[in-house]
Amino acid sequence: MAPMKVYGWAVSPWMARVLVCLEEAGAEYEFVPMSRNGGDHRLPEHLARNPFGEIPVLEDGDLTLYQSRAIARHILRKCKPEFLGAGSLKESAMVDVWVDVDAHQLEPVLKPIVFNCIINPFVGRDVDQGLVDESVEKLKKLLEVYEARLSSNKYLAGDFVSFADLTHFSFMRYFMATEHAVVLDVYPHVKAWWEALLARPSVKKVIAGMPPDFGFGSGNIP
Amino acid sequence: MAPVKVYGLPMNGSVARVLACLEEVGAEYEVMAVDLHTGEHKRLPHLARNPFGQVPAFQDGDLVLFESRAISKYILRKGSSDLLRENNLSESAMVDVWLDVESQKFDSVMLPIIFQGLVIPVYMGGTSDLKVLEENLEKLKEIMEVYEERLSKYKYLAGDFISLADISHFPMVHLLHETPYAAVLDAYPHVKAWIAGVMDRPTVKKVMGLMKTFG
Repeated sequence: MAPMKVYGWAVSPWMARVLVCLEEAGAEYEFVPMSRNGGDHRLPEHLARNPFGEIPVLEDGDLTLYQSRAIARHILRKCKPEFLGAGSLKESAMVDVWVDVDAHQLEPVLKPIVFNCIINPFVGRDVDQGLVDESVEKLKKLLEVYEARLSSNKYLAGDFVSFADLTHFSFMRYFMATEHAVVLDVYPHVKAWWEALLARPSVKKVIAGMPPDFGFGSGNIP
Repeated sequence: MAPVKVYGLPMNGSVARVLACLEEVGAEYEVMAVDLHTGEHKRLPHLARNPFGQVPAFQDGDLVLFESRAISKYILRKGSSDLLRENNLSESAMVDVWLDVESQKFDSVMLPIIFQGLVIPVYMGGTSDLKVLEENLEKLKEIMEVYEERLSKYKYLAGDFISLADISHFPMVHLLHETPYAAVLDAYPHVKAWIAGVMDRPTVKKVMGLMKTFG
């Protein structure tokens, strides 16, 4: 069976979401690096894979998939279905709830903080401090909910680690490299959960490709 | 078996999504009104069901859920529906791709279009922000070009079978028809035919009939 192929650049948090699932699943895969600066994602060859012109893209035999969470679900469904709570109505529902919480609540708040605090200074864009401050306040409110959840559950979907936890890793990784990482200090269960995620071999391996400055400092920009 | 409970009003697109799935599996359910005007969704007891203070929330016995697509999948799995295809790796992957496109791309431009084009002028008696409207209508067109291409090759988004990915679109399109901007879809004939087919399903028609007022 041919290994799965994943296309994109490793510093991307959307790519990292997929890579961590490939690693957790112990799946054989080939990483096909693309150049963001070179506009590889806008070339006809890539648009044929993903008409939205984005990465990551996964090829698995005849299947070509895009949208990082959909790709991740496929990998886990195929190789590690327990990470989706498969076979249990309740467990699969709880995984789905917290995957969507990350997508709809947390990521939209972490993204402006990460982009303004890390990327904008490097690319000569103004930092929108008002937006950062507003996002940090919203983040604190969200973290209160996460703290309550993780006070009574070891992991987000319950007492088992799942895609719900893994999906949070990549944007959190970059957020925790900003000066605002300290907000986690008043949410001890969230902090412990985050540190447990960091200790996973899959996460350690994927973080190696995610320098905290997206590669700008070393000039290694994809 | 006690009927399941859906907290929220049908006019809310996310609530409507859940109701359509309940109709699809023929489940007995009760709609429990949540008064957004008085901020009921931001207080207990609703906050105990959806700690992010949104609608819908859902209860089936001991199980309490939120996030409409998570609720929808639970309902469809429990009712052994054909709309997820989770026993087929390739089919379920395509359902997931297009449900994610609906959630991350389509819904995120539709929300401001509906808010500016319907909620503000009609329900809040205010003035739309035309700049926000135009920006999002332009983004919608870019997305619709991809859908048009996809739907000229396949009958439905995930392939030749209807799925949650298709049905998930009806609430926002239904609300778009209540704005002056519905004609934006005219340039995409395959998209129009596809969504007309989705909205012709008896289950979807029934729920659209419930989406009368914001209450």
